[in-house]
Amino acid sequence: MKIVLNGEPIDVDARTLGELCRMQGYGGAKIATAVNGQFVPERARATTRLSKTDHVEIVAPRQGG
Amino acid sequence: MLDKPATKPAADEQPQLDLYGRKIRSRLLLGTARYPSPEILRKAITASGAEILTVSLRRESANEKSGQRFWDLVKTLDCHIMPNTAGCRTVKEAVTTAQMAREVFETSWIKLEVIANDDTLQPDLIGLVEAARILNEDGFDVFPYTTEDLGIAEKLAEAGCRVIMPWGSPIGSGKGLNNVFGLQTLRSYFPDFPLIIDAGIGAPSHAAAAMELGYDAILLNTAVAKAGEPVRMAAAFAKAIKAGRTAYESGLMEPRDMASPSTPVAGTPFALK
Repeated sequence: MKIVLNGEPIDVDARTLGELCRMQGYGGAKIATAVNGQFVPERARATTRLSKTDHVEIVAPRQGG
Repeated sequence: MLDKPATKPAADEQPQLDLYGRKIRSRLLLGTARYPSPEILRKAITASGAEILTVSLRRESANEKSGQRFWDLVKTLDCHIMPNTAGCRTVKEAVTTAQMAREVFETSWIKLEVIANDDTLQPDLIGLVEAARILNEDGFDVFPYTTEDLGIAEKLAEAGCRVIMPWGSPIGSGKGLNNVFGLQTLRSYFPDFPLIIDAGIGAPSHAAAAMELGYDAILLNTAVAKAGEPVRMAAAFAKAIKAGRTAYESGLMEPRDMASPSTPVAGTPFALK
């Protein structure tokens, strides 16, 4: 299934956002997620199903002004 | 031999700043971006005495880990964290970023930026008010990055904001206070409202001038991070901000158009009576 992850088109086998985070190597990392512009809290990742063409954002802490 | 004057911890004697129920002693809020190294960032924060640090969220690949390392460093500094929505161009982007930041940083504080123009980084004031209303209703403590526009400040207050953060001049420009009259008007109109100058401060003298106007605090980043010696510059800003606040509390003299001799005129030698 093709989705867009952080602006890059990718092929994924993940069925849920939780699986995607794990399969992409984010397990245990301090991250936040959004799908198609909507915030998805950590507790909802496992039940948030992904569909083709979904736009997923995975972000982490960064320096800021 | 003269007695030594009593040492006065001036900073401790200054009234604390209340930001959404948190008592803050340092009136310098510091950004964490653009420093030469994490170690210089850490030392600059210590030298500044800042109790509030701004941070952001950015895309990061799982292998990169720099964000995780940055967060590990920030956690050791025992400061309040103020995440921002820097770079957001729409209300939806800003609201979603704020929601993500609340989860990651475990704080209801959000420095709300909705940017209208890439060259000036001027805030989209209409979008800002709308986003502020949404976030305030969602339980956030919103610190809106705005201009000195009085009408917008009123709308932000009506939307539930209890702090206003007007720019001095465009972000990263170092131009100081572009519209002193407008900033004075805002201060006069909101006498009891925490007002923080956010953006455009380039020199400690700019910060001191803002504090002398009665502003409650200064949020800055680039002027310290891009200084030749960021750690010393952080200390310089801390002193300037304390001096400006003390001056404001002490009551500045009224300026005059004409000179007024400070030395008594009566008894001036050689003068004709």
